[in-house]
Amino acid sequence: MSAAATLVPLPVILPLCAAGLKLAIGARLERVQRFISAAVLLAVLVVSLLLLIAADRHGPQVMDAGGWAPPVGIVLVADRLSALMLVISSSVTLSVLVYSVGQGMADNDDTTPLSVFHPSYLVLVAGVSDTFLAGDLFNLYVGFELMLTASYVLMTIGGTLARIRAGATYAIVSLLSSMLFLAAVAMVYAAAGTVTMAQLPARLDALPQSVGMVIQIALLGVFAIKAAVFPLAAWLPDSYPTAPAPVTAVFAGLLTKVGIYAMLRTQTLLFPGQRIDAVLMVLALLSLLVGILGAVAQTDLKRLLSFTLVSHMGYMVFGIGLGTLGGISGAMFYVAHHITVQTTLFLVAGLVERRSGTTDLQSLGGLARLSPLLAVLFFVPALNLAGIPPLSGFLGKFGLLRAGVDDGGVLAYVLVAGGTVTSLLTLYALAKAWNLAFWRAATPEMCAAGTVLESTEEDSVQEPPGAGAQGAAAARGTPQPDVGDWPAGGLRVLVPRRVTATFGGQEITTTSSLPVSMTGATAALVLFGLAFTVLAGPLFGLTDRAAGEMLARTPYVEAVMDR
Amino acid sequence: MTTGTVALVGCGGVLFACGTALLLARPLTRILLGAVLIGNGVNLLVLATSGPDGNAALLYPGTERKTIADPLPQAFILTAIVITLALTAFLATMAYRAWQHSGNDDVPDDIEDIRVVRRATYAEERERLRAAYRKQRHAYRALAHDEEEREAQEHTVYERLGTARDRYRGLRRRARADARAFRARQARAEETAEDIVGEDDPWQTILGADR
Repeated sequence: MSAAATLVPLPVILPLCAAGLKLAIGARLERVQRFISAAVLLAVLVVSLLLLIAADRHGPQVMDAGGWAPPVGIVLVADRLSALMLVISSSVTLSVLVYSVGQGMADNDDTTPLSVFHPSYLVLVAGVSDTFLAGDLFNLYVGFELMLTASYVLMTIGGTLARIRAGATYAIVSLLSSMLFLAAVAMVYAAAGTVTMAQLPARLDALPQSVGMVIQIALLGVFAIKAAVFPLAAWLPDSYPTAPAPVTAVFAGLLTKVGIYAMLRTQTLLFPGQRIDAVLMVLALLSLLVGILGAVAQTDLKRLLSFTLVSHMGYMVFGIGLGTLGGISGAMFYVAHHITVQTTLFLVAGLVERRSGTTDLQSLGGLARLSPLLAVLFFVPALNLAGIPPLSGFLGKFGLLRAGVDDGGVLAYVLVAGGTVTSLLTLYALAKAWNLAFWRAATPEMCAAGTVLESTEEDSVQEPPGAGAQGAAAARGTPQPDVGDWPAGGLRVLVPRRVTATFGGQEITTTSSLPVSMTGATAALVLFGLAFTVLAGPLFGLTDRAAGEMLARTPYVEAVMDR
Repeated sequence: MTTGTVALVGCGGVLFACGTALLLARPLTRILLGAVLIGNGVNLLVLATSGPDGNAALLYPGTERKTIADPLPQAFILTAIVITLALTAFLATMAYRAWQHSGNDDVPDDIEDIRVVRRATYAEERERLRAAYRKQRHAYRALAHDEEEREAQEHTVYERLGTARDRYRGLRRRARADARAFRARQARAEETAEDIVGEDDPWQTILGADR
């Protein structure tokens, strides 16, 4: 076993151990808890990067758990796809963790207890890593379950009425999909006598075509529920928006992509060929169009984003449906881009909610003037999602559309048209959100004294008549930059400092209550999304190599079986 | 395939079907039972994949490998049982929490969806009322026009114009009252959207979908 192969289980083990440690610590030592979470996720990120380098240079890295050889024992495999997904997921989870610490899941303790949030979050990370690394279908199922069980807890955290309502829908649908997955695993075992993914290609190829087809449809159905592809996506916009912002962000970014990852893996490794690709492409088209039309109709920012999420799943399914090198590679690039951008947008929605108390577009307004930083943080990923050149959203869509044109089939051309229309409609929906929430004049409620607002350096800070003692004291000092007054010690939530200023003839009470780690984490993700644009060449090179490796099938199989 | 396996598959199928039926109900406790049934059904299906029966899968000196049953499905099932247990516990907690909140454990509808749909019907209704209003205004104008023509001849015209105006105002008042009533109805409906009808009724709580 090479040195890199010993790293393979770490992305699963480290978060699990940390979760256990945190449960043992309990509600005490909050700083230590936060430090452990951040350190562990940082370690996972480093390990993932090392794995990506190792997998790219030396081929898939394989580790047998407990020393049992593959057909019987549990095997963890990190090839280029797995390692790339791990890198993206660990950087996103780390950013969201920093964001959530800043939000101080603590600041309203009864709805989001910290001692529950952190262990659940770490178990979720372990589950996601496990699905990416799983070398057999049953371990994939276990990874899904780890992730889902943690996600049920996170979804209903605090147990308020709205979250129970949304969580019920989510839990029931996910539960059914898990049961179907287990049944599908049973079918695979009954038909092929093994669940090791490296052994399955040869066994499945030997089966009658109809049996293979049934298994393929069963697995695809399960993954389509997870990935929220159109006819199986109704649960998503209903359940995601009610969870706390960091939770929604990480769910939207990662959990659906886990389904896409499983589809990519099974479609290329287990069921190559064109047998069901037309169906996938029709579903992709429907997903694209129905999702985005749903987004256009929404008046709530979080729901709007949820619907764009459903819609953009269609792009990735389109790439998988094409099944060509360009399609698979484009889908992988799009997954990487979309995880980052969608997470960022949900985090920004969380900032908007914290700032104005709502994400309802009808009651928002004037945020671009009240909080320019927030506006920039929204604007860049929004354009990125809509696919404005030269951002990575454009490059990803371009890669997929080019793969569609290269394919040349009628369906592929229809999808190219559908993808373009969806891109424009995404721009429309996000422009609508931008106009309503950021661009139009602020409503009186938004500016009313006492609203949680943020001071900006351009605002003239004056001492108003009759301001509260606290505000007057703050205003008497030097004008505070919006997020600069962070205590050097660490990630504690600020007591909002109030500064009253005149603004367009109106008196506004502002407070620097967007903690630096929240905006910092969001800004980091925005920059990470932009990095895909700068590094698009190397990244496309990597995804091309990964797609070639997956379509060839033999590197994976040989790495696992012939050692 | 032995008969034992057929029985397993049949049992699994029946459990799966019953569980699915329960899963379609509203109360969370029923859904919980459905999940338990489906979980057990799937476990039977997994067990059915182990093929013919055999001795316990224990390795000790003198074991004939040919005679032992396939141990892998059993390992799968053990894992699956643990997972189902966790999910059952979670669902039970959720049902209890929902009951604490609202006195029943039904899964309610998505409020936001209802709101989006209502927005459309509200727009339609407003358009209808506006059209009616517009028609009245046209009629009034036509009437006023006629009146103007006759004004030169009759001095009583002011009186009649007054009556027409009163009539128009009455109509307008009624149209506005209609719109107001509709809005009030809608607001009330939105408020009560979360409340399930008859939640105070103890029989509803106990029987749920059975009623």
